[in-house]
Amino acid sequence: MDTIYALSTARGRAGIAVVRVSGPAATAAGVALCGALPSPRTAALRTLRRGGDVLDRAMVLRFSAGASATGEDVVEFHLHGGPAVVAAVLGALAAVPGLRPAEPGEFTRRAFENGRMTLTEVEGLGDLLQAETEAQRRQAMRGFDGALRRAAEGWRGLLIEAAALLEATIDFVEEDVPVDVGPTVRALLARVVLDMERELSGFAVAERLRDGFEVAIVGAPNVGKSTLLNRLAGRDAAIVSSEAGTTRDVIEVRMDLAGLPVTLIDTAGLREASDPVEAIGVARGRDRAQAADLRIILVEDGRLPEGVCPSASDIVLRAKADGDPGEGEGVSGATGAGVDALLERIASILSARVAVGGLVTRERQRAAVFRAKGLLESAMIGLDRGQVAELVAEDIRGALAAIEALAGRVDVEMVLGAVFSQFCIGK
Amino acid sequence: MFHVKQFDVIVIGGGHAGTEAAAAAARMGSSVGLVTLDPAKIGVMSCNPAIGGLGKGHLVREVDALDGIIGRAGDAAGIQFRLLNRSKGPAVQGPRVQADRSLFRAAVQDLLGKLSGLTIIRGEVVDLVERDNRISGVVLADGTSLGARAVVLTAGTFLNGVIHIGDVSRPAGRVGDAASEKLAARLAALDLPRGRLKTGTPPRLDGRTIDWGRLERQPGDEDPVMLSFLSSGPVVPQVVCGITHTNGRTHDIVRANLGRSAMYGGRIEGVGPRYCPSIEDKVVRFADKESHQVFLEPEGLHDDTVYPNGLSTSLPADVQEAYVRSIRGLEQVRLTAPGYAVEYDYVDPRALDRSLAVRGIEGLYFAGQVNGTTGYEEAAAQGVVAGANAARHARGEAPIVLSRTESYIGVMIDDLTVRGVTEPYRMFTSRAEYRLTLRADNADQRLTPMGAAVGLVGAARLAAFDKKIATLEKARRVLSARRFSPQILASAGIPVSADGRSRNLLECLGFAAVSQETLAVLEPEAAAIPPEAVSQLRREALYATFVERQASSAAAIRRDEGQALPEDMDFGSIAGLSEELRGKLMRIRPANLAQAARIEGMTPAALLLLLTRARRENAQRARA
Repeated sequence: MDTIYALSTARGRAGIAVVRVSGPAATAAGVALCGALPSPRTAALRTLRRGGDVLDRAMVLRFSAGASATGEDVVEFHLHGGPAVVAAVLGALAAVPGLRPAEPGEFTRRAFENGRMTLTEVEGLGDLLQAETEAQRRQAMRGFDGALRRAAEGWRGLLIEAAALLEATIDFVEEDVPVDVGPTVRALLARVVLDMERELSGFAVAERLRDGFEVAIVGAPNVGKSTLLNRLAGRDAAIVSSEAGTTRDVIEVRMDLAGLPVTLIDTAGLREASDPVEAIGVARGRDRAQAADLRIILVEDGRLPEGVCPSASDIVLRAKADGDPGEGEGVSGATGAGVDALLERIASILSARVAVGGLVTRERQRAAVFRAKGLLESAMIGLDRGQVAELVAEDIRGALAAIEALAGRVDVEMVLGAVFSQFCIGK
Repeated sequence: MFHVKQFDVIVIGGGHAGTEAAAAAARMGSSVGLVTLDPAKIGVMSCNPAIGGLGKGHLVREVDALDGIIGRAGDAAGIQFRLLNRSKGPAVQGPRVQADRSLFRAAVQDLLGKLSGLTIIRGEVVDLVERDNRISGVVLADGTSLGARAVVLTAGTFLNGVIHIGDVSRPAGRVGDAASEKLAARLAALDLPRGRLKTGTPPRLDGRTIDWGRLERQPGDEDPVMLSFLSSGPVVPQVVCGITHTNGRTHDIVRANLGRSAMYGGRIEGVGPRYCPSIEDKVVRFADKESHQVFLEPEGLHDDTVYPNGLSTSLPADVQEAYVRSIRGLEQVRLTAPGYAVEYDYVDPRALDRSLAVRGIEGLYFAGQVNGTTGYEEAAAQGVVAGANAARHARGEAPIVLSRTESYIGVMIDDLTVRGVTEPYRMFTSRAEYRLTLRADNADQRLTPMGAAVGLVGAARLAAFDKKIATLEKARRVLSARRFSPQILASAGIPVSADGRSRNLLECLGFAAVSQETLAVLEPEAAAIPPEAVSQLRREALYATFVERQASSAAAIRRDEGQALPEDMDFGSIAGLSEELRGKLMRIRPANLAQAARIEGMTPAALLLLLTRARRENAQRARA
């Protein structure tokens, strides 16, 4: 039985996002991300990591098989809401062996089969299931997904061709078929792998296009971050006061910037906080800012805020440029000075990223393409090492199965059809 | 009222499906009546004189693992043994044998003769005795009635069979046999969906008139691999086959006479197989190909007839002679019989369930070519399943159903009953999703225990099997007893990566060139393991990682196969399904969740809807 995972709460912005993992490898996956898991049915705070990178500080829950919602081992991560964090955690789970993204309805089916839900309960979900199948259908029709489907159909065609060549040498060895199809098959696989790589590299941008880019405003307390946010957003979203440390949590405003979905994040001022509540806000702000796509760093008196090291792509501006003129570009939320220039700059940076965008927009699709690519690479290595044909063919079959959700199922009849149309089989 | 002779099972037809069905039911202890037009023709090979091959060899081994007869008869008649695909891995290697026709027929009849409880009856079945959709016997042309609790019909190509030789057509089952028109009419009354297929044969040649000296020769393997797990080696002298090729002149003759071909002249409506095209097809569809190979297969040790595999045709006899004589080595050849095409009715196998019973008619089973398959092996494999299930039905026992994940037989029956056929169905290894596990070499490990449990497997085979398993188990214990560091393994000559991971010798077997002597260096006891056991463990080790990778999906399929959907399930009324899916479900009518899952566009959510509906209906039925 595969272990499945999915974001269980609604997609998009929320205070908390719950990612759920169910199946025999759930515990292993939990351990991979956060080290020791809490004992079953107790919650604990854990730092989620992937390699050396910290993904989030999250509440983690664990349920044992037989005493969980699905009846299987279940691990739940209660993450800080926000697409970047969720995407990072889903990406980390995808890398755990034996895990794959859940299909809609799959958690419910497992719960039902394991006797954790009654027939009536499941039937009560009928509307929901209908919505899910309907959503899948719509999803397949939509623009971006439609384009992905076309790309995937291209891959599928090439892979069927490769599979047919290999299968011909396996099933029709007595016939007049070419003996060494290795180089041709390899070339076909290489084409698909290259293409998949390109799509995967565009994944992050495409995901942003759907869920929005995060732009964080970073600076020392009372440097005017909230005022700038309100000015940029054109409405009073953040509480503005002159008392330092007013913004204790993360405040977000969604806006449309030159046609791009952008979420502006106002973070608590970065300083050594004495108030423990504020300290949490500061830490959280730092994490969010770190995960953001773009940071606007406000500098006062020529000093960078504590613990901030701007990267080349960050925008560094002089804060409160309404007061004394100083060196470098400035901005003022209070007067609006420099705001138009800032908006233009943000838009041009983000637009440049979109220009290289890919077609793969969803984690589920990404995982499928990623898995297929891995199998095709394995097939290519097999060909190079002179592995027997049926093992190479097995990897190609696996890759075709992986992109099934994107391109449709490949029936053996299609492979045989390709064989029979290409070669004269029949002694 | 006359006394009606009563059987548990009656099998109609004495071809490969019929003989295996009758033998299977008899092995299970049923009283069996095998009705055939001509008992002397039981075991006749009507097409090419060869058994096994890729996919087909797998089927033969599976039938053999269930103690069937085709493998043993093939070995007894084997005049050339070749294991195909030796350059590839064991999963796609298939044993194949060139068989002496008369020896094969004799072996089949001999094996049947040894079965107690089996009566062979000469006669033509003209009617089925049926009441309230329940079969209770058959009626023969002479008016004799035979009673039975279950009937297996293996009508081959005899249903409305028409033979075409050029512009001459006549009704016939195969050459020299009458078609079963009355039975066909009776079956028509059952109102089962039907279709029409065609298949072809080449002309037969007199081997004494072939110039063998000018031809490429194809000998058998030096270390022959048998079809049956019970055979140890060839028992009759071995022969060499020849290979020749068609040429431009051959193709010109065929092309010039296409209008006289039954197929191209529009006299044939049935669909032929893409993988076994006639010479006409080859010339037309692959027009740019200058030459096609032709295998010259001797039909027997004391028979001069040669079967030119690759030349099947429905051209007139005089044209056949002209194009055959245009081929190198065949310039002076004499044709002993013309090639012909045969068209016949098949019953859409979607009318059957996975036990090969006709849906909606109790006690009636179909097996073999009548279900739209081609080949002795495919027929024999269906015969075993239909015969065993007929025997179980006669005793009031639940049917045996084989899974796609455990056998080629399961793959074939699932394909037939879910998808139906568009051309004569032939087995290929590519049809098996779990090809790496479903190997010819482990057919007995996969199926013999199940066969023994239901009484299909006799004592002699079971004893041989148990001995083999005990040897394998012991070898496994010896080779996995100790673990060795990479350094020690490398020093013994086993090439492992220096990753610090210790391994046992069983794992090391997967590395290509580890000999038994090398194993014995590290584990002295390994020297005593029978070489065949080492080979078998090596085959397993080669695929171990891939098999592990597939284990979870295979388990999911088996679980879904076990989740039956009610036969009369109203797919149309299930809320929440898309129109498209609903239409497909109503058309395909999956018998279980695994079959439903393979429908294009199926989603897990939709499967859940099906599952809940099935449980609901089953619960209501249980209450009613």
